[in-house]
Amino acid sequence: MISSSLRQPGLWLSLLLVAVIGAIPPLTQSATLRENMFTLLMFVAFASSLNIMLGYTGYVSFGHIVFFELGGYVGFYLLSAQKWPLAAAAAGGGLAAAALALLLGLSILRLRGAYFALATIGINEAMRAFINNFKPFGGPTGMSLNFAVYKQYGGPTQALWITYYSVLALTALVVLVSYLVKSSKFGLGLVSIREDEDAAMVMGVRAPCAKTWAFVISAIVPGMIGALFFFKNGNIEPGDAFRLHMSIEMIVMVMLGGQGTLLGPVLGAATYQQLRTYLLTSPIFKNLQLTFAGLSLLVIILFIPAGVVGWLRARLPRLRRVLE
Amino acid sequence: MTLILQVQNVSKRFGGLQALTDINFELPEGEILGLIGPNGAGKTTLFNVINGVYRPEAGRVIFRGQDITGLPPYEVARLGLARTHQIVRPLNELSVRENVTVGACFGRRNYGLAEAQRIADEVMGLVGLAPRAALMAGSLNVAQKKRLELARALAAQPYLLLLDEVLAGLNPTEIAEMIQTVRKIRGQGITLLMIEHVMHAVMNLSDRLIVLDFGQQIAEGAPAEVSQNPKVIEAYLGDPRLAEQLGMVDG
Amino acid sequence: MLNQLLASLVDGLLIGFVYGVAAMGLTLIWGVMRVINLAHGPIIALAMFGIYFLFAGANLNPYLALALVAMAALLFGLVMYGIVVHRVINAPHLSTLLATFAVNMMIIGTGTAVFTTSPFNVDFDLGRLTLGPLTLPVTRLIAAGASVLVTAALYFFLYRTPPGKAIRAVANNRDAAELMGIPSSRVLALSFGLGTMLAGVAGGLIATFFPFTILSGGTYELKSFVISVLGGLGNPLGALVGGLVLGSLEGLIPVFLPVNWVPVIEFGLFVVILLVRPSGLFGARQ
Repeated sequence: MISSSLRQPGLWLSLLLVAVIGAIPPLTQSATLRENMFTLLMFVAFASSLNIMLGYTGYVSFGHIVFFELGGYVGFYLLSAQKWPLAAAAAGGGLAAAALALLLGLSILRLRGAYFALATIGINEAMRAFINNFKPFGGPTGMSLNFAVYKQYGGPTQALWITYYSVLALTALVVLVSYLVKSSKFGLGLVSIREDEDAAMVMGVRAPCAKTWAFVISAIVPGMIGALFFFKNGNIEPGDAFRLHMSIEMIVMVMLGGQGTLLGPVLGAATYQQLRTYLLTSPIFKNLQLTFAGLSLLVIILFIPAGVVGWLRARLPRLRRVLE
Repeated sequence: MTLILQVQNVSKRFGGLQALTDINFELPEGEILGLIGPNGAGKTTLFNVINGVYRPEAGRVIFRGQDITGLPPYEVARLGLARTHQIVRPLNELSVRENVTVGACFGRRNYGLAEAQRIADEVMGLVGLAPRAALMAGSLNVAQKKRLELARALAAQPYLLLLDEVLAGLNPTEIAEMIQTVRKIRGQGITLLMIEHVMHAVMNLSDRLIVLDFGQQIAEGAPAEVSQNPKVIEAYLGDPRLAEQLGMVDG
Repeated sequence: MLNQLLASLVDGLLIGFVYGVAAMGLTLIWGVMRVINLAHGPIIALAMFGIYFLFAGANLNPYLALALVAMAALLFGLVMYGIVVHRVINAPHLSTLLATFAVNMMIIGTGTAVFTTSPFNVDFDLGRLTLGPLTLPVTRLIAAGASVLVTAALYFFLYRTPPGKAIRAVANNRDAAELMGIPSSRVLALSFGLGTMLAGVAGGLIATFFPFTILSGGTYELKSFVISVLGGLGNPLGALVGGLVLGSLEGLIPVFLPVNWVPVIEFGLFVVILLVRPSGLFGARQ
């Protein structure tokens, strides 16, 4: 358990990593790097938020991407059909995701272990099928953004930079929130649920309530990022949005870096995403990206289940305060 | 003399099995009440009903004047009723200190993290776990895990503590130590309801005994009385070693 | 209208039998060792490719090819258990979920690279049979029949043969079975292999009447989840009945609603059952 002093080195190391990644595009003014770092930061945010459910509370969700998807759709709808400003639309996306998490908390969070995992797969598929049929959201063809919208933000390039900085800020926010949760009484309740939910309840932890809050907190930033991502994309359709494999890749990132730690998801996401990009551009491995991901996951599960950060913490006890 | 716990006509069934039938007793504040009976008599089931893990089919549980029947375990804990488990349940990947802090945070008083950690340190001192505070709970041996279980419950600062076979699996030295600790706990004003099989301990510690057999209450009273009760003797004759310990049968 | 309903219902039931076999594979593994095999879908897809290559390449009758594919699937399961599952079988659920999912990713990844995502089709037509008002493709009738045979064979194996009884013992209480001298690791490996074999059989049968890609397995895996939960996790007969129920739903719903609503209803049903009656309609094996 870490003290809640904001001067904890572990927190600053993670934020530093985010800042370093985030600083590359403005320093180089490169559009390509900006797009790469955008994706990378997105995954760091996803992994960190997933870590709150997976690492702290111990609930495996195979459908974490659903918050990104719903936030994306709601945000896009508010932006294009309702002509809301970007910030409000992003907030709307985050709120919609939080509302979904609340609903799910009241229903499927009652389930344990594998049943919960299966239910999250079911939710993701049901959401996709539903949106596919939902006319106000464009059904199977989705929605498009009128290019003129970008003028409100100073033109397309400017808009792209705005979304970039927004995502950077949101990523830093989610890392901070993750830290605050981890060092709080609420976080202690979550990890006790992870270790033994029934024993935790006997000790007075209000498990149903705590789990739901964790779920809601983990949903907000992905929802907001969804709105920003699809704004940047210019259009949204069910095939694009509902990618189950992204949920899985998020889990790989958290496991690779070290579930339940603060730095783990950040490191895991950054590493995985870079490797992925490398594979996609390398002629040999281009088609084997998923195979490689699967193999890495298997190796991690079988041999280093605590992830890189977890493994380092076990080997180097003196660095534990830093490798939070 | 206030009654801290009243169990009224409690019955519990699991499918075809009647686990508890019409259990009735009162526990005055400050007393140590021993709950004994042969294996499978329903003692742990009774604990589970009292602290909200099971809901009884019939009857009521009244704690400090409030009907707590059917309340979830976390609400019962927050009212000041703590329990330990027969098979210990440490939070393995957390340190001993963190384990006890959980007990302090979510127990009777809604302490903040810093205050809870202070209480945890105190309690660890009381049960003798202070030197092991930074170790992972999963790495302790059985006796230490039992003390951890107890420390967690104590950290919640309960009015009433339910102890489920807290002496099981301990060697004679450890048993003697634990008996001392239990006396200290009572000295702090905590009422105790203990399930125990270690007969000399429970006879010594308890002010009163209740005996269960096949889910029914077959005797209640002072230890000396209960050990002479023919129904109790009959129940335990199924377990001759225990009967001998109770001093019922000549060796 | 009634004829159309009947035709749709029978259509759904026939394919429901095969769904049931697929789900049986998943539910058997869960029942014996509490592991959800997330590689279930890709194994179904691999079986489909197996039939295709044996039929198109070696001109083998698909039903004979099926026997070979079944054996291959059994072998695959045994190997997969040994390499992947055995090490994490006693670890928390997350580990087995992720380990089997890793295999899923590897199969899909390699499969997409090798086969691409273009559809493949086993061009095998045995014509249609007319039974009263219904005209049914013979391949589907045979598939349904084969499914019933396979179910019967499974039950015979589980209840009348020593290895089968060992499997049931381990499913019931692994520690007690070990104490009685049953080599639990080997039994678990065999059960896993049986599960993957059933997946392979289902895949092979589906290949005889539907085109497929390497990604098709995913759909059947999802259906297997729904069916397994419906029939009660761990209950093979429940899986068969669940398959029939799902098949009928798939057959009947498009008569009343646009086809796109079928997945919504399927998954809605799935989540509802998980919440309301997680032990399924027929009770899970605890």
